[in-house]
Amino acid sequence: MVQYLALAFVAAFTAALVLAVLGIFAFLRPKRPNPTKLSPYECGVAAVTDAHDHRFSVRYYLLAVLFVVFDVETVFLFPWAVMYHHLALFGLIEMVIFLVILLVGYVYVWKRGALSWA
Amino acid sequence: MSPAVFDAVAMGVKIAVVWGAVLALGVPVLTWAERRVAGLIQDRPGPNRVGPMGFFQPLADAVKFFMKEDVVPQYADKVLHFAAPLIVFIPALSTFSVLPFGRSIPVTVGGTTREVPLVIADVNVGALVLFALTSLGVYGIVLAGWSSNSKYSLLGGLRSSAQIISYELAMGFAAVGVFLSAGSLRLQTIVEAQHAGIWNVVPQFVGCVIFVVAAFAETNRLPFDLAEADSELVGGFHTEYSSFRFGMFFMAEYANMVAASALIVTLYLGGWSLPGLALTGLVGGLLSVAIFAAKTAFLLFVFLWVRWTLPRFRYDQLMALGWKVFVPLSLLHLFYVAALVAVRAKA
Amino acid sequence: MSAVATPVGVSFAPLVERKFGDRAVPEGRPAHDVPTLAVAPEALHDLAVFLRDDPSTRFDLFVDLAAIDRQKLTGDLAPRDGRRFQASYLLYSTSRNEHLRVKATVPESDPTLPTLTDVWPAANWFEREAWDLMGLSFRGHPSLKRLLTHGGFVGHALRKDYEAGQRWLCTEEDILQTDLAAKTDVPEDVFETVTLNFGPSHPTTHGTLRVVFRVDGETIVAAEGECGYLHRCFEKMSETHTWQQVIPYTDRLNYCSPMINGNGYARAVERMLGVEVPPRARAVRVVLSEFSRIMDHLVCIGTNLVDLGALTNFWYAYQPREEIYSLLEACCGARLTSSYARIGGLSQDVPENFVEWSRSLIPKIRVQIDDVNGLITKNRIAVKRMRTGRVSKADAIAWGFTGPALRASGVGYDVRKDAPYDGYDEVDFDVPVMEDGDNYARYLVRMEEMRQSLRIIEQVLAKLPSGPIVTDDYRVALPPKAMVYNEMEGLIYHFKNVFEGIQVPAGESYSFIEGANGELGFHLVSDGSGFPYRVKVRPPCFPLFAAYERIVVGEMISDAVATLGTLNVIAGELDR
Repeated sequence: MVQYLALAFVAAFTAALVLAVLGIFAFLRPKRPNPTKLSPYECGVAAVTDAHDHRFSVRYYLLAVLFVVFDVETVFLFPWAVMYHHLALFGLIEMVIFLVILLVGYVYVWKRGALSWA
Repeated sequence: MSPAVFDAVAMGVKIAVVWGAVLALGVPVLTWAERRVAGLIQDRPGPNRVGPMGFFQPLADAVKFFMKEDVVPQYADKVLHFAAPLIVFIPALSTFSVLPFGRSIPVTVGGTTREVPLVIADVNVGALVLFALTSLGVYGIVLAGWSSNSKYSLLGGLRSSAQIISYELAMGFAAVGVFLSAGSLRLQTIVEAQHAGIWNVVPQFVGCVIFVVAAFAETNRLPFDLAEADSELVGGFHTEYSSFRFGMFFMAEYANMVAASALIVTLYLGGWSLPGLALTGLVGGLLSVAIFAAKTAFLLFVFLWVRWTLPRFRYDQLMALGWKVFVPLSLLHLFYVAALVAVRAKA
Repeated sequence: MSAVATPVGVSFAPLVERKFGDRAVPEGRPAHDVPTLAVAPEALHDLAVFLRDDPSTRFDLFVDLAAIDRQKLTGDLAPRDGRRFQASYLLYSTSRNEHLRVKATVPESDPTLPTLTDVWPAANWFEREAWDLMGLSFRGHPSLKRLLTHGGFVGHALRKDYEAGQRWLCTEEDILQTDLAAKTDVPEDVFETVTLNFGPSHPTTHGTLRVVFRVDGETIVAAEGECGYLHRCFEKMSETHTWQQVIPYTDRLNYCSPMINGNGYARAVERMLGVEVPPRARAVRVVLSEFSRIMDHLVCIGTNLVDLGALTNFWYAYQPREEIYSLLEACCGARLTSSYARIGGLSQDVPENFVEWSRSLIPKIRVQIDDVNGLITKNRIAVKRMRTGRVSKADAIAWGFTGPALRASGVGYDVRKDAPYDGYDEVDFDVPVMEDGDNYARYLVRMEEMRQSLRIIEQVLAKLPSGPIVTDDYRVALPPKAMVYNEMEGLIYHFKNVFEGIQVPAGESYSFIEGANGELGFHLVSDGSGFPYRVKVRPPCFPLFAAYERIVVGEMISDAVATLGTLNVIAGELDR
């Protein structure tokens, strides 16, 4: 537990330092806003449309969904890896079965073209 | 001195040393080295005005980051725009708390000698903590892209999320191989296993290559700097950032590089160990720190070297590489490692 | 000295006469000019289709459209029947290696011609330019908008009665973005598109180009390009300067290889004058032109690779460029704006160590080319990134490509080979041709062209003639100072040359050379005074950028960046 406290302490200390720098120098740095400066960058011309007006087409969303599925599967591998020495042959066979199922799904999505999205 | 006080003091010293080494030494020197190495590779001097060989250039940069006007776009989501660089920066610096930067050194206080392990937070799932922290940074980048309310930023943020779903799977699979052979997620154990046996890079070379490539992608470095891609997206996710908020992204990139190099060293290159050296006692302990630093420095040089050598991927090409090459390759590699460990356990 | 007007017919004249009667007649022309057909506006479109398709003509490449206001011309060139405006279409046949001018005149009251956009897609932007600057209207043009000036502009600037010096404030709304947002020719399955403005101030739009993309994710579904941000009225300014005074302006056209522009312009005027350039000047022009071509290609490849993320190559490419600039500086005193060419030769002789200096550059350039070659040519990331931006052979011709971009698409047209000038027929070199037409092919063609340029330089240097550097025809070139001070005749020549300028005989001429980006043409009209009546440049990258908006559709933003780089659009030349 102490170890995690140390981790938290480092994070908190970093945060405090950055916030302090942001705060202190806010008084020192210039602040001269104007409408052009505050407009989003559109390569030198006024933007006709706002970035938030749009629904951006995220064409790889299917891949993103697949990623979540596969990533969850990876999580199961971590405890298995740690206990592998104790599980011996049973562990090996079990995980081979698990991974083969994973592979079948993988081959399926590849064949269905989900991996070629561009 | 009671053990509790001793631990607390030791912890404080370690935090101060590591934190100082990274933020006050590692990052500034690295930003300087980046430009000097670029100059070396590109047949030009590089920065040479501020101090000898431009060594104090990072100081000048810091002053600039502090003193420049902080422009926040009018229609930006102010809260997220403020939070995004913090989400990138804080985890980037926190990762160092779980990395073992040396073996241990004996400290004698009041007649009793104790071994102080050279890692700040010696948690038994150190590797998981590390992965979690490094993955957090991507949220910052995606949020920075979205909150800026600029199309270029948004595209950069989207690319960043596309990137993480391309390499993280393979990265995880490759790392499992290391945990498998060490039988632990504790980084110090992984290093000790390599210290006693052989560096993981030898039996798990393919895994190491996959992991290194993924680490490049994790740190947004060329050839994977898609989210930034200045020639395409003008600056990508940080197009609308200036002053110290940009500085945080900038420093985080370099801190991430140090962390990634240190992690590769820990997982594959034997951490603080060197074959043939016992590394015990005070001298041994200090030597282990030096060995660790040297290995990390070498990998950092590789980071710079690659940046000035390779062009950038297109983001669907990166996804194809991740999903169609690295995922099956790392899975097969995992089978191989499992078999290897099983055979070794039998023998 | 005055070029004799010899009525040279065109080989297919009988066929044209049979089909079109007196609606299309070959015109007499001086020896230096391209063959000309005068056509009645109503027959223009039919003639265009005939010229493109007939096996005996096959003029498949639309080179240029020069609009001329003949209002102030006299004599033979004076407008007849009130037909004030002349449109000169320049065509080229890639299979028959022949140029042709088709000339149509229209009255001021109805300056309308049928559009040729449906015959040659390349005509699109050329017609827009003619509308913008000369007020010629084109019936059936898909979008006859202003091109080089803005929507708030009143009048047509290249008309002779347009008063220069008027100022028009640009207050219009940004129509380009709204136009594109309204475009409907987007695939139906695409439903979430975003308009993304790219340039004029973007890291990749080197110079001041602008494109608006409509993107689905990062895939471009529609695009529209725009130019004119760097329009500096080159053509209008030329009309108020003497023939010689135009030369400094030519440096600002393609500013990556300024020497070639000056040589091209000087050559065009020399041909109208019938002046011979001394052999030494010709040889030096070739050497420096080829060095300039190398510089241009180095800039193109270097910046293109920066856009792909490979910054190091940029420095490798710019190193020899700096060394070449030093050589140019030693020759003429300026690194970029050289103004070295003079009508009839060069402004001054090259330095004594010119040959050794040039020779010493060759191995240095080779090393740098090889370095870039080693880093990129077989790099899988680079090759994958550059296997994009494909332009088929048919498209390249239809869109009016010339130069490396055309050769990368499989057409080996190079003015240096196909219409040799300045002694290019006496040197041995190859014209690299690739079939793929993608960015990688354009990159490889440029790499090889640099090596070929080095070959040319070596050969020319080996037998660099001695002798004068400028013609001894003192009606064109200034006489030497000793003559000016000691001889009456010399003084008179000097005086007339300086005060009245070179007297170019009245007439019309099109001359072209191989610029770094393709066919660089100068369409000149002289009224016999000391000033050019009309100078029309045929900028090689103009059709390239016009086609850009079509090439990138279906590709990603990253590919669009790579494609813009290999097309090598130079804003100075594009906008003039």
